[in-house]
Amino acid sequence: MTVAPEHAPTMARTTLRDRLAPYAPFLLVPALAVAGFLAVQNPASWLTLTVSGLAMGMMIFIMASGLTLVFGLMDVINFGHGAFVSVGAFVGISVLLALGQMTGAPSLGLNLLAVLAAVLAAMTATATMGWAFERVIVKPVYGNHLSQILVTMGGLIIAEQLIIVLWGPEEIYFTRPETLKGALTFGDAAIEKYRLVAVGVGLVVFAAMRFVLRRTKIGLIVRAGVQNGEMVAALGYRLRLVFVGVFIAGSALAGLGGVMWGLYQEVITAHMGNQAMILIFIVVIIGGLGSVEGCFVGALLVGLLQNYIAFVEPKLALISNIALMVAILMWRPMGMIPVVKAK
Amino acid sequence: MSDPILKIEGICTNIAQYHILQGVDLVVPRGGVTMLLGRNGVGKTTTLRSVIGHWRAHEGRILFDGQDITQLPTAAIARAGLGFVPEDMGIFADLTVEENMILAAISGPIDPARLDWIFAAFPPLRTFWKSEAGTLSGGQKQMLSIARAMAEERKLYLIDEPTKGLAPAIISTMARALKDLKDQGASILMVEQNFAVAKALGDTANVMDDGRVIWSGAMEALANDAPLQEQLMGLSMEAHST
Amino acid sequence: MIRSLLSGDMPRSKFLGAILLVILICLAFAPFLFPGVRTVDTAARICIFVVLVASYDLLLGYGGIVSFAHTMFFGIGAYGVALSSTHLGRGFDSLIIGAGLGAILAAALALVIGLFSLRVRAIFFAMITLAVASAVAVLVSQISSVTGGEDGLTFKIPRELGPAFKFGKDLFGGELLGVKLNGKLLTYYLIFGGSLILFLTLLRIVNSPFGRVLQAIRENDFRAEAIGYRVVIYRVTATCLSAAVAALAGSLYAIWLRYVGPDTTLSMEIMIDILLMVVIGGMGTIYGAVIGATLFVLAQNYLQNLMSGLSSMTEGLPILPELFSPDRWLLWLGVLFILSVYFFPTGVVGRLRGQR
Repeated sequence: MTVAPEHAPTMARTTLRDRLAPYAPFLLVPALAVAGFLAVQNPASWLTLTVSGLAMGMMIFIMASGLTLVFGLMDVINFGHGAFVSVGAFVGISVLLALGQMTGAPSLGLNLLAVLAAVLAAMTATATMGWAFERVIVKPVYGNHLSQILVTMGGLIIAEQLIIVLWGPEEIYFTRPETLKGALTFGDAAIEKYRLVAVGVGLVVFAAMRFVLRRTKIGLIVRAGVQNGEMVAALGYRLRLVFVGVFIAGSALAGLGGVMWGLYQEVITAHMGNQAMILIFIVVIIGGLGSVEGCFVGALLVGLLQNYIAFVEPKLALISNIALMVAILMWRPMGMIPVVKAK
Repeated sequence: MSDPILKIEGICTNIAQYHILQGVDLVVPRGGVTMLLGRNGVGKTTTLRSVIGHWRAHEGRILFDGQDITQLPTAAIARAGLGFVPEDMGIFADLTVEENMILAAISGPIDPARLDWIFAAFPPLRTFWKSEAGTLSGGQKQMLSIARAMAEERKLYLIDEPTKGLAPAIISTMARALKDLKDQGASILMVEQNFAVAKALGDTANVMDDGRVIWSGAMEALANDAPLQEQLMGLSMEAHST
Repeated sequence: MIRSLLSGDMPRSKFLGAILLVILICLAFAPFLFPGVRTVDTAARICIFVVLVASYDLLLGYGGIVSFAHTMFFGIGAYGVALSSTHLGRGFDSLIIGAGLGAILAAALALVIGLFSLRVRAIFFAMITLAVASAVAVLVSQISSVTGGEDGLTFKIPRELGPAFKFGKDLFGGELLGVKLNGKLLTYYLIFGGSLILFLTLLRIVNSPFGRVLQAIRENDFRAEAIGYRVVIYRVTATCLSAAVAALAGSLYAIWLRYVGPDTTLSMEIMIDILLMVVIGGMGTIYGAVIGATLFVLAQNYLQNLMSGLSSMTEGLPILPELFSPDRWLLWLGVLFILSVYFFPTGVVGRLRGQR
């Protein structure tokens, strides 16, 4: 054996800062909430805005999570992601309107059933669309970012125009199902029921995604693939199938987000996906491409900030999110929770 | 002599416009360790990568256990029974050691007896089982990389410079584990720059130069012939091994 | 002499050269060849978009940089002229000041954005420019006290450029070949002349040593840096130049329309149109901008008539009438766009030059 002494390394004492560092992004959310309270001052308004912000954040997270995974895993930029949001919204809301009997009834059970049907329809439609999109538009341009940006934008334009062909150019207004209308009051604060539902759904989706990614083999394959796709293939996994699967899942999630977004605003337009894309991009960038946790935190920050600023100084709402993006990129240029590639 | 587990016939591989492999002929017999030697840049790693399919040979043929795998996708080649230990180890840094191993066992959970054997060969892996693989030292990562290949029975192991950059104590551990593997009847094709390890483990030797195999024969014959070593590899390996 | 005018960048294809010549002549003599308010307006738009798209080609085709902020710079130039004319009064001096300040502001903004991109990946850059451009568009429509908000700003241009100004009454009886000699004609030639000068300047830039280095960087930035070119400086300079020219194009547009608004200058639709024009015309050629802009503007104006004809022909069939409805022309352009990227990656110009 060896005459070298037993390996017994001494570790430097970790400072509080070092130990907090991995959790820093998550701590930003309550920090922002506190800052929001200082800006808004009125506790009732603050509560309403915070729930609103969290709800918006959850929906953006649902829409953005697919995009960040696709980029992290496949190195594919999909500028057409917004199309899935729009299509999901239109298909879902159409189903909801068709089930008018169920949504009009004052029964929570029936209402939720109708919403579930709408969501399933939307997710099926966008999953199928995602499969076709990947096959026809994305696959031929693997590896070429410039072409990807161009063709996926082209795909977005075509999808938007097709929505108008099928549903007409007008915005479609509608109301939420009976039991989801209205608000709950806590003292002075009125919190819309639907927003609470949205927060709940968002948490469930996040938890489900984390579970799949961390505890299932397919999740392992995806996480490993984000780091080193070549090695995953060398272990015997058909990476292409995983790619397509993730793309379809991402598209389905975008569809879900679209339905929820539509219900939130109570109106759907062909351009809504495009409009959501701005915030989605900001979230994906500040979260770190490929990171679901980063996307989650980023989305909550964006949602909260948007709502707080809209209350205090409405004109600065979008600019404030740009400022947030700049600030975070200055702090961590790769995003808050970057995924380290290979090595 | 039984038919070889791997037969490479005249493969030519380009990387961008560079002709790296210019007609490589190589035979890996069943059971035992076949060494692939040569100076830096002659195409040893490229040969391994061409076999596993990361790079495509545009000419020639690769026969694995009788099957033509030249144009098969990497995943199919791996599933046919090839275990690959790349030069850069290919560790998934954000995953734990356990998760790395789970991925390596594509057919299902790792056989407990096999796992015990791996832990016996590489004790640090048991210590750091639940730690993120990125926090391991270089030597430990190399152990993990080889352990992944050993997670399941493979028909052929492709191992690229397993002792590169490792401390002598770790090299001993590595060499012992590989000898263990060999004794169990595994077939191994190994690229190795450390001649002492090559001599200790290798049964047959192939020396490459300029994208071709220029000498092939028994390891002993090469090891005992210093002038031959000098002629093939430009300098006496003996004099430059650690 | 033509060689030096075109900075040595010849069309390199008889067919292409012929088409470019035809387009040049049509634009040069548009008020006389195609008299009529609508046709002259189309010609002016073509001139301006040629410059706008060519400036984008400098960035995308030669620099390999994807940016969605181009319409922002276009808008800055347009609003520059509008605001200076509104606050400094009508006159050539306000036009020059407005255009100049617009170009400078655009270049400065491009500088900031360009320097910021040092710290982030190229893909981030594309997304960031998208976010910034959208934010600016929203901001402009919101600070309506300054910018006129959604409604935009109408402003007065110098008397000499207005339709009321007539000249040549004594020499030609106020008309030449049936076209009234008035300020509108002068304005057209201001647009045409300005666009021509800007276009030739862009040709000069891309065919200069600077342009060559830029292309080298596009092909392999590692190598360029290794040889000794500070990649960052070249990229930032290209962004600033591109932004300044776009702003000047915006100023010309504002002068022509005598109006600016978020929908005419800052909308994402215009950005997509630019992308379409540059890809279909041919990236990295500058001449592609001419072909692309001409095709696009003509299609925008006249294709719709064709489509409404098709739509009424398919009346009664399911879906088809809506598919061919003239409002859906963007759909077909989108299809053409995707087909271009796949099958004609070098665009019309590339095809004509015999490249695949």
